[in-house]
Amino acid sequence: MAVSDAAVSSGRHRLTVRPYESAGVATTITIAGELNERDRQRLEAVLIDPLLETGSWDPTVLAHQLDIGLIPGVTDTAAAQVIHAASLLGIAVADASVGRLVDVAPTSIDGLNGGSSGDLTGDLTGDLTDGEIRRHWANAVIERWAVGRAVEPGFAAGTTVDAATEHIDLPADDEGLAALSRSRGLALDVAELHVIRDHFAGVGRSPTDAELETLAQTWSEHCAHKSFRADVLLDDGTVAEPLLARLRRSTTEIDAPFVVSAFDGNAGIVRFGPDLTYALKCETHNHPSAIEPFGGANTGVGGVIRDIIGAHHRAIACTNILCFGPADTPDDELPDGVLSPRRIIDGVVAGIADYGNKIGLPTVAGGVLYDPAYVSNPLVFAGCIGVSPTGRPPLTGPHAGDRIVVFGGRTGRDGIRGATFSSMEMDATTGDVAGASVQIGDPIVEKLVSDLLVDAWDLYSAITDCGAGGLSSAIGELAEHTGADVELTKVPLKYAGLAPWEIWLSEAQERMVVAVAPSQFDALAELAALHGVELSDVGSFTGDGRLVVRFQGRPVIELDTTFLHDGRPRRRLQATTPTPVRVADDARIMAPACPSPRDTLLALLAHPNIASKASIIRRYDHEILGGTVVRPLTGVRNDGPGDGVVLADPSDTSGIAIGIGVNPWYGLHDPEHMAWAVVDEAIRNVVVTGADPTAVALMDNFSWGNPTRSTTFGELVAAVQGCVDAAHFYGAPFVSGKDSLNNEYLTADGTRRAIPPTLVITAVAPMHDVALAVTSDLKQPGNILVLLGRTLPEFGGSHLLMLTDEHTTQGRAVPSPDAGAMARYTAVHIAMQHGLIVSAHDCSEGGFGVAVAEMAIGGRLGVDLDLRRAHTEPTVALFSESNGRIICEVQPANVDALLAMFPADAVEIGTVTTGSDLVVEPYFTVGIDDLVNAFNGPALDEPTVVGGHR
Amino acid sequence: MSRPVALVLRAPGTNRDGDAAFALELAGAAPRRSLLNEVFANPKLLHEAQMLVIPGGFSFADALGAGRLFALELVTRLREELMTFVEAGKPVIGICNGFQVLIRTGLLPAGGMEVALGANAANGQPAGQFVCNWVSLQPMSKKCIWTAPLTDEIDCPIAHGEGRLACDSDTLAALYADDQIAFRYTSSNPNGSVDDIAGICDGTGLVIGLMPHPENHVLPRQHPQYLRGHRGGLGGALFEAGVNHAKDI
Repeated sequence: MAVSDAAVSSGRHRLTVRPYESAGVATTITIAGELNERDRQRLEAVLIDPLLETGSWDPTVLAHQLDIGLIPGVTDTAAAQVIHAASLLGIAVADASVGRLVDVAPTSIDGLNGGSSGDLTGDLTGDLTDGEIRRHWANAVIERWAVGRAVEPGFAAGTTVDAATEHIDLPADDEGLAALSRSRGLALDVAELHVIRDHFAGVGRSPTDAELETLAQTWSEHCAHKSFRADVLLDDGTVAEPLLARLRRSTTEIDAPFVVSAFDGNAGIVRFGPDLTYALKCETHNHPSAIEPFGGANTGVGGVIRDIIGAHHRAIACTNILCFGPADTPDDELPDGVLSPRRIIDGVVAGIADYGNKIGLPTVAGGVLYDPAYVSNPLVFAGCIGVSPTGRPPLTGPHAGDRIVVFGGRTGRDGIRGATFSSMEMDATTGDVAGASVQIGDPIVEKLVSDLLVDAWDLYSAITDCGAGGLSSAIGELAEHTGADVELTKVPLKYAGLAPWEIWLSEAQERMVVAVAPSQFDALAELAALHGVELSDVGSFTGDGRLVVRFQGRPVIELDTTFLHDGRPRRRLQATTPTPVRVADDARIMAPACPSPRDTLLALLAHPNIASKASIIRRYDHEILGGTVVRPLTGVRNDGPGDGVVLADPSDTSGIAIGIGVNPWYGLHDPEHMAWAVVDEAIRNVVVTGADPTAVALMDNFSWGNPTRSTTFGELVAAVQGCVDAAHFYGAPFVSGKDSLNNEYLTADGTRRAIPPTLVITAVAPMHDVALAVTSDLKQPGNILVLLGRTLPEFGGSHLLMLTDEHTTQGRAVPSPDAGAMARYTAVHIAMQHGLIVSAHDCSEGGFGVAVAEMAIGGRLGVDLDLRRAHTEPTVALFSESNGRIICEVQPANVDALLAMFPADAVEIGTVTTGSDLVVEPYFTVGIDDLVNAFNGPALDEPTVVGGHR
Repeated sequence: MSRPVALVLRAPGTNRDGDAAFALELAGAAPRRSLLNEVFANPKLLHEAQMLVIPGGFSFADALGAGRLFALELVTRLREELMTFVEAGKPVIGICNGFQVLIRTGLLPAGGMEVALGANAANGQPAGQFVCNWVSLQPMSKKCIWTAPLTDEIDCPIAHGEGRLACDSDTLAALYADDQIAFRYTSSNPNGSVDDIAGICDGTGLVIGLMPHPENHVLPRQHPQYLRGHRGGLGGALFEAGVNHAKDI
């Protein structure tokens, strides 16, 4: 390829790499440094594979090309590797930046056999508006761009600010205090600012910016969960205990023997057998994912994995629940400043896949929900599970005198004020003002840190991760009972010029903090060097109860740790609890009209909430570590929907099952019964895979609206009550939880968009022998189907009504608690241990009809049903979503034995056949192929194979 | 007979080293997982091994194309040692990212031929999209010490975004002529590889690379149809072939 002599000496070199099947997107690599022609050729040999790509140096950016680069300071893994490659080749490079060049008009480029017109080429002609670029190609939160010319590369060098610390005078009047909170993004209310002002008046000085920011992060909703810790003021004037205390108390009262630690530290810890403990954690990363979907979801996964590492366990699997607006939402229905759901979906899924796949953890369980209410507030719940051998001495630190050691990624101006950002409502300006709150993760660095800490587990006395609030939270929490003295200039930086408070507050990813006895430091440093992990000794734990943070020796923070952690005034929130319709209240509630149950069944299978998620699931590695025994997809063609997943270390015969329950549509009607229903669903998902229902640990994740509105908080109070009641009923304690509030969006015209009450429950239970696991796909013609549980006309929030958009209309009851459920699950488990049940599936969204269809899809077998045995009303029998029901496939010889175990609530409802139909006597017949096509979509079942490039 | 030492090489971002070590252990080897930095500092770790395994993962984040940095590290810092290792007749296997690395180092297919592993392009999916699914593999080469003893197909997962084997038609013909096609997909081609090729070997038959993960199917219960009664198709047979060869060195 041609090399322009002029450019060689310019000190800036730009290589454009274009894959043959580029679909109009090329990668640009800009290098700062004096390269000669030989240097360029040697770099090219690494950066370009001539069988796959063409490259050209310093090409002109054409008029129809959009050049996109990262904003300085955003993590640029590829640029770091360009510098690494150059150094291996002995080529001096000052900096590098990697971006992309997009052809925005139809074009043909010589030498390409592709030139295919994907989404990226085609219909755009004429002038490109800024709005179009933001909507389709670039994200101003992390990127900048130019059309028809090269964008300025995002070299990290040259970003500087004044590194001074300022003292902030707190205004005497409440309006001034509120204005200060707004202008600095503190998310503190006036009552809290009063306490801070009084505290510093007592000290005799005004707070520094670093102190004020530290208090704002530590006292944020995100870190302090102040609504969950608030006194609950009920409408009758009585005051109830805070929600977090209510949940904790239920766990204490249930007193399950397998709980090692609940609601304490980074994760809940349980022990199902003599050899292992499991750490369980599920986080939300909603706000960041709304404005930068890839980075938001990516760092959400990274953060929850760090929680597990911080709980002194080794991560073994990731889970996720995602809530999106409908993928086909037209652009003109989007509020200002909101990204299109299509882009959010693509970005979030890519972000989750990127982190889990690269760090090397199976992403196994999850769900994807679509609803217009999630257009402006998508939700990303990211979970992680870890293991640790028992018998390790517990961590007892930090001890006074221990060194404070920071590991892993360097600190930059990324993720500043993330905790306060995620504690506020969003509006059209959020993406611009909160840009620095969002980061891109680096899973490789986190993998190195994780491997190191597993190898070095006996070298530290305490550990925690740097999450929201950065070092201020991590060191602040570790120092809560001892005190600490920190020197910020010892913290390794990505680039110079950070203000002291920025270093202290940065939420730069992939960092951990440990406490290390001085005698162990050298051994730890040596191990870190071997693993290629950077570490730094930034100070010591003191034992004097003071948090002192210095910059160049001069204190910028001097806070009493008691004030920092316990000084926040407790809130009191008004709760107006809902009064939902219950079946018992109104026996006249009849089934909705359903003229063609056959067409309705097909429509439900094709509904985005029920249809196959294979196109997402297949982007996640669920095989790595070799421990996945039951996968999210199951059956003869690996495309039937599973219930729970089962994991077991390859060297072990026992393991765990993981199940998830979520149903925001019930929450719109009856948050209390919604909570019960999703606890039931999560537990049922692990029971149908063969797990032990008497040893279930639960995690809660609440994503809610603004809790200062009494009805919204009242719904939260009702949901917590449902959780507590269900936990007691099933004897299943909550061991960990997380809430994300203020998931609301204020549109330009003042309309407030809130999400429906969204509670995700994760259930984890032991599998004593994973070879006895059970899947949902039908196994053998001739076998009998038995329906366990009672079917009632319960259609509030149902997917049947969603087909006609009536699911939000009030007046119908959501599925009610089933008093027989626990005894039923216990008997199911015994039956499974004796091999009496060969397939089992829970009935959830879409009811029995969808569940039995899914079993037939998984096994590609026919079914003959006598529907009247479930309920006299076919609509109720097929589509009611009553709790507690399980469909079991049983060999004919075992039917009597099984039925005898369920004297009250088991019916033989059908037979597995060799036929190609689901026959629903006496109503209709539908082909299994039709069910498969509705569920999978026609494209997935017959993959087209594309030939290789020759 | 004693267990041959299998060096399982870990670069930053390697993540299936544990899975490979488990499979090697089952197959009768003594796996030794070593960080790249350890081997650079002490090349004896390589010399003392009878087998070299480059496992899957995202070495150096694959930020500049899969395996390129890992390969550059090996070529610039360990080239002589690797040549000596292969010349001593010791078997080498690269799986997924390891396959990408072996191609970029020139150890595969060797003999002056050029192949590449490009972005997936199959099944209507976006170019380069990561895909995790199960595939079936037909062992082909009779000269390759890893595949020659295999009689049955192997079932195992794939998990990659850059696994499309690409080469020109002369190279493809030469690979067939020299019996260097190690595995072909018999299930649907998951990535658009030329001629459904899943793995190749070098001219000596000692060095093999493949995209799928036979190390993730070494126990019957790891197969997705296990609970439907499926048995067989274990990937362990591949590792046993390599270990058996290494025992005689």
